[in-house]
Amino acid sequence: MPEMTLVGGVNAALAYEMAADDRVLVFGEDIGVNGGVFRATEGLQQRFGPERVIDTPLAEGLIAGMAVGLAAQGLRPVAEIQFMGFSYPTLDQLISHASRLRNRTRGRLSCPMVLRAPFGGGIHAPEHHSESTEALYAHIPGLRVVIPSSPARAYGLLLAAIRDPDPVVFLEPKRIYRLTKQEVADDGEAMPLDVCFVVRDGTDITLVTWGAMIHETLQAAEQLAKEGISAEVIDVATLRPLDTETILESVAKTGRCVIIHEAPRSGGFGAEIAAVVAEHGLLNLLAPVARVTGYDTIMPLLKLEQHFLPSVERIMDTVHKTMEFA
Amino acid sequence: MSFLLNHYRQGSLRHLSLSKEACHTQIMSMLGEEEGNMRCVAQFEVGYTGYLDHELRVTGPLPEFAREPVQLIAAYRAMASARAFDRKAINLQRTGQLGTFASCLGEEAIAVAVGLAMRPEDVLLPMYRHHGAYLSRGVRMAELLAYWGGDERGMDFQSVREDFAVAVPIATQAPHAVGVGYAFKYRKEPRVAVCLLGDGATSKGDFYEAINAAGVWELPVVFVVANNLWAISVPRTLQSRAQTLAQKAIAAGFEGEQVDGNDYIAVRDRLDQALQRARSGQGPCLIEALTYRMGDHTTADDSRRYRDAEEVEAWQRRDPLDRLRGYLLQSGAWSEADEEALQVECQEAADQAAQLYLERPLQPPASMFDYLYERLPRAYAEQRKALADPNDV
Repeated sequence: MPEMTLVGGVNAALAYEMAADDRVLVFGEDIGVNGGVFRATEGLQQRFGPERVIDTPLAEGLIAGMAVGLAAQGLRPVAEIQFMGFSYPTLDQLISHASRLRNRTRGRLSCPMVLRAPFGGGIHAPEHHSESTEALYAHIPGLRVVIPSSPARAYGLLLAAIRDPDPVVFLEPKRIYRLTKQEVADDGEAMPLDVCFVVRDGTDITLVTWGAMIHETLQAAEQLAKEGISAEVIDVATLRPLDTETILESVAKTGRCVIIHEAPRSGGFGAEIAAVVAEHGLLNLLAPVARVTGYDTIMPLLKLEQHFLPSVERIMDTVHKTMEFA
Repeated sequence: MSFLLNHYRQGSLRHLSLSKEACHTQIMSMLGEEEGNMRCVAQFEVGYTGYLDHELRVTGPLPEFAREPVQLIAAYRAMASARAFDRKAINLQRTGQLGTFASCLGEEAIAVAVGLAMRPEDVLLPMYRHHGAYLSRGVRMAELLAYWGGDERGMDFQSVREDFAVAVPIATQAPHAVGVGYAFKYRKEPRVAVCLLGDGATSKGDFYEAINAAGVWELPVVFVVANNLWAISVPRTLQSRAQTLAQKAIAAGFEGEQVDGNDYIAVRDRLDQALQRARSGQGPCLIEALTYRMGDHTTADDSRRYRDAEEVEAWQRRDPLDRLRGYLLQSGAWSEADEEALQVECQEAADQAAQLYLERPLQPPASMFDYLYERLPRAYAEQRKALADPNDV
């Protein structure tokens, strides 16, 4: 089995599906000859040609809107937005059209498109290259919001996203694009959408996270194990629609829940998870649900970004307080 | 106003352009004497087409299709039908039986020309005003009334099933037309995407981004800008300093032209040409059709707040239906008796459509969940159940 990085998983999934299905078109800024600024589409244009791997004019709203038109015509567009910080012109198309095409026409038209964008901090980039605004997208009915956090899940979930009959916003944690390698069978096997993945079993506390924070969260779980605290780690993977059952089952077992995300705290997606646990799991809780998140500030530039991003220490602190509560 | 009426000079085709000498002179005057090294590297023309003016004068040799009355009568009937639909919709709204409605009054020549010039397999991406385009393509009046009456099923047309639903956010359908056009080109299908926009839409980034991309990829897309001189209360003169809206296409690398939008013959002729070029792989085109919004923006608007009655009256004399009917009467192809019969027929069709719309059983409330995704995710099953059966929760 080939060893893949997370971005390698993205590339392999795109290549697999383009070879298998000529309805799949890949497009965006610098994704053709250059293979994308993160090389997620490297080699695709050489292999599949410029009609299917398209360098677009520099216009994000166009990229999203064009995907809607292609999808309505029965193609399988996979659009790349270079950084999440440049994705906001696409919100109009996603909110006003992609998410509504099926509903608006009572199923006459549909929108099987994928909009990929790298997100999150920690790569020492300029302003607008480090945000985590996934909650904006996760608020839109009719969309799916999917975030892989390992090479295998990047491969399997992206295949599922391309094959899904409805629009998917696929957010890639760029800080861990090349952090780890994993053996992944390039066999075209998709992973299920709409489910959370339990990536580490535990009995004392449930740690819920997604994206690049999986890395710090697993490190914290490792250290906690040495202290005799058994942490279960859940990768949410699909934010909308949320698999509440996996989270509630875990909390029923552990009685404690800490949610970790990079995005600012207020109105972040952690709030939704905390509300679900409060609504349906309150009587199983031994301690209040806690969050470890970015602050309610603008994402700082690189000199201060490590102070913004949740660290292993901050996760450990919060876990200790939660454990000590009862 | 005089500036705007100036566009309606006679002549079947005029060009708004600078001669090479004038271009040179203008550039020299910008530069000043000492930097007189600049050359004219590009110059452009914008054509204007009109065949039949509002005084029923034929201003040039008619195109083939307009030499016999058959097609013109069919078009006139479609325009009359579209107007009857419009009247019916407004009546229904005024009596509380329809939601807010956007009237097409005065723009029927453009709407019907678009609908009749397209082939069934082409794809229409309209804004919300030009009902006659849908109707001429086979969409039923009852379907459109359902949509404007607040029922999503109205956009589930039983014909032209690849046409887009109306785009309410301005110009947002223009990038869709790029996607549709790209799909046609990618699959090597001789089909065309027709995107209907208003004058206000040409101020938006979506419009610029879309025409730019259509130009880059030479897509089979025809952009039709129905310039009715008003974007709700903001006049054309405040949308852009550009002499024409058509010339915006030039910046995108393809041809833009103006047409008398109240002259069915002219709109249809230029659309036929543009569709034929697009269909045969010669790329996109932009047609700015000059017209006037004779009614309010919608039934929720009162245009007396921002424009003069005399302007509206001046445009009433340019009514596209009066013009085509006048021409047909004058040429003996139509009679007052034909007209009376047609009016009765149109009224009956609109009444019947209204009846169908009003009698249709409502959708169950839980249907709001049923087309959100192909299959409703488990996460929302409980919400749907609570709505479907509130006593069972």
